[in-house]
Amino acid sequence: MSAADTGRRTSRTGYLLLLPGLLWLVVFFLVPTIQLAATSLYDPSGSLDSGYAMTWSFSNYWDALSTFRAPFLRSLLYAAVATVLALVLAYPLAYAIAFKAGRWKNLMLVLVIAPFFTSFLVRTLAWKSILSDNGFVATTLQVLHILGPGGRLLATSVAVVTGLTYNFLPFMVLPLYASLEKIDLRLIEASSDLYADALTSFRKVTLPLSMPGLVAGTLLTFIPAAGDYINAELLGTPRQYMIGNVIDNLFLVQLDYPAAAACSVVLMAAIVVMVLVYVRRAGTEELV
Amino acid sequence: MPDLDRDPVPGHAGADLTLTSVTKRFGSFTAVDDLDLVVEQGRFFALLGPSGCGKTTTLRMVAGLEEPTRGTITIAGKDISRLKPYKRPVNTVFQSYALFPHLDIFENVAFGLRRRGVKDVAGQVGRMLELVELGGFGKRRPGQLSGGQQQRVALARALINRPQVLLLDEPLGALDLKLRRQMQIELKRIQTEVGITFVHVTHDQEEAMTMADTIAVMNHGVIEQLGSPGELYDSPATTFVSNFLGQSNLVKAEVVGRDAQDVLVDAHGSRLAAPAVRARRTSGTVWAGVRPEKVHLTGGAGGDGSAPGPGANHLTGGTVSDVSFIGVSTQYLVRMPWGQELTVFEQNSGARDSFRVGDRVDLRWTSEHTFLLDADQDAHAGDESYAALTEGAAT
Ligand SMILES: Nc1ncnc2c1ncn2[C@@H]1O[C@H](COP(=O)(O)OP(=O)(O)OP(=O)(O)O)[C@@H](O)[C@H]1O
Ligand SMILES: [Mg+2]
Repeated sequence: MSAADTGRRTSRTGYLLLLPGLLWLVVFFLVPTIQLAATSLYDPSGSLDSGYAMTWSFSNYWDALSTFRAPFLRSLLYAAVATVLALVLAYPLAYAIAFKAGRWKNLMLVLVIAPFFTSFLVRTLAWKSILSDNGFVATTLQVLHILGPGGRLLATSVAVVTGLTYNFLPFMVLPLYASLEKIDLRLIEASSDLYADALTSFRKVTLPLSMPGLVAGTLLTFIPAAGDYINAELLGTPRQYMIGNVIDNLFLVQLDYPAAAACSVVLMAAIVVMVLVYVRRAGTEELV
Repeated sequence: MPDLDRDPVPGHAGADLTLTSVTKRFGSFTAVDDLDLVVEQGRFFALLGPSGCGKTTTLRMVAGLEEPTRGTITIAGKDISRLKPYKRPVNTVFQSYALFPHLDIFENVAFGLRRRGVKDVAGQVGRMLELVELGGFGKRRPGQLSGGQQQRVALARALINRPQVLLLDEPLGALDLKLRRQMQIELKRIQTEVGITFVHVTHDQEEAMTMADTIAVMNHGVIEQLGSPGELYDSPATTFVSNFLGQSNLVKAEVVGRDAQDVLVDAHGSRLAAPAVRARRTSGTVWAGVRPEKVHLTGGAGGDGSAPGPGANHLTGGTVSDVSFIGVSTQYLVRMPWGQELTVFEQNSGARDSFRVGDRVDLRWTSEHTFLLDADQDAHAGDESYAALTEGAAT
């Protein structure tokens, strides 16, 4: 058998291996996405009963953006704040697990993952009672006069952002841990041998080498947080509603499919653009 | 160098590196045991010893990456034992290179200069890269270089800081033989050019002998002997040094007297002489040693009758048990009447007779090449091929 034959055969095997995944993507991602984009351009005066006509109504986008600008911006803001908070909490934690935990390392990793053993919904409901008006957090803060008398935690932006931070923290910790753990400690020694004190070694060696984990962690936190609606639903009020709540409401309560689809597409596009800009800048180390 | 001005004897002691009673314990294990050492400024100093003898630990204590359990380390009279690594006038070429993978070659080399806020970084880095013959490589990442090139970057990155002492931890360990020899010559050239004290750790005795002015032979956390390569080779102080640095034949002997500058011994019935200056013991039982290339073989037909001439040592009644041709020389193993096998290297100059397995031979050498060692020491200490053999037999 000639080399060309074997070459052709291995490449055919490659395509065969790709096939199930490709089919899955076409059926469950590509087709729905096209359907979603199409829906967003339907005639807004249609309804489920009377049916929708494709009228290429780009004005749906304008309407969605102007009507729901507040929840839109709120989503991006909450997600950004939650991502920063998660990063601030996760970096020292991941650092400690990677470098200082010794034989407790595996236990600590299990503890980071442990919340996944219960459902997202249940954990968020638990926060509802933690932050409740008579809960110990609120009363303690009142005693300390950080919270005014009758001041609330629940049903505020603080509660929603806290919930988002908590729920997506493991997605920040794990990639950070993975990239920190890979760092060769001899590089830190080399840096201290070359006149860098501990802080400089961190800035010039540890942090840049953990950038892949930092980028992955922030994306894995920001993207789902921006689209989340459970936290705002359970811990907030309509004044804290995010774009996820709006889409949920439009699709399932108002049954305004074109507006819901337009909001979804705008959210998706916004996230894709932001991620592309972010990854490109992280790649050139401008972020450090 | 401002430190020189403070030196009590300017220009003499210079920036000597001294270790005084330095000990390092890991738990109950003593890796470095009460080490005393002076490395003079500008020397190419080799720390030679088998794996696990404490070379890296010693170097790391000088660099500040490991804290001595006891003892002091000074450079130019200044105690640095408790200084942080980044405050020491010392740089290290790591065994693993430890180049920063996220920085290009230029930034790797510039790292130390930038931390100290030195001006003219570009000029200095450029010149340093020229010195290690990596002129056009500044923009590459460490992963895009060969092992030998990475090694030179590691050297440049340390050397550019002009430390008072440069520490090199087996920097050539990962290179193949040819590149290794080439880099040895290059390192030696660079050291002569910059005049910085080099402390070079290696377990390759040939590398230590070709490069260093002074060698310290280390074993089990202590220094067995310190001196120039010639001194160590010609007058080893211990059986370990005699076997680790080259090879030696060690024959059990009894001291029987003195004759002018020589110590006379009796080895299995033969009278041998050794210069008193090379005798580590002058009474009782000793090891009489001679290097294999110092010994000549002669046909043993005459047997025991022929008395040795003056200044010559003579062991008779050997039988050739193995011959290996190595090109420039032939290596003979000769079994002696008392059962011991001695090694002889004969130059293949054409002037010498050649022998075959089973031939009867006598061994002759000039008595000044004989050294005497303490017979309490293990004759096989430091003999790597023997250690390998016995280990092989044990498993
Ligand atoms: N951090 C440590 N903890 C415990 N023991 C150690 C530690 N570092 C070194 N040792 C032990 O100290 C001894 C000396 O180690 P060292 O690394 O100095 O050897 P070396 O002479 O450099 O050997 P090699 O030629 O193999 O590099 C070894 O037996 C080693 O196991
Ligand atoms: Mg070592």
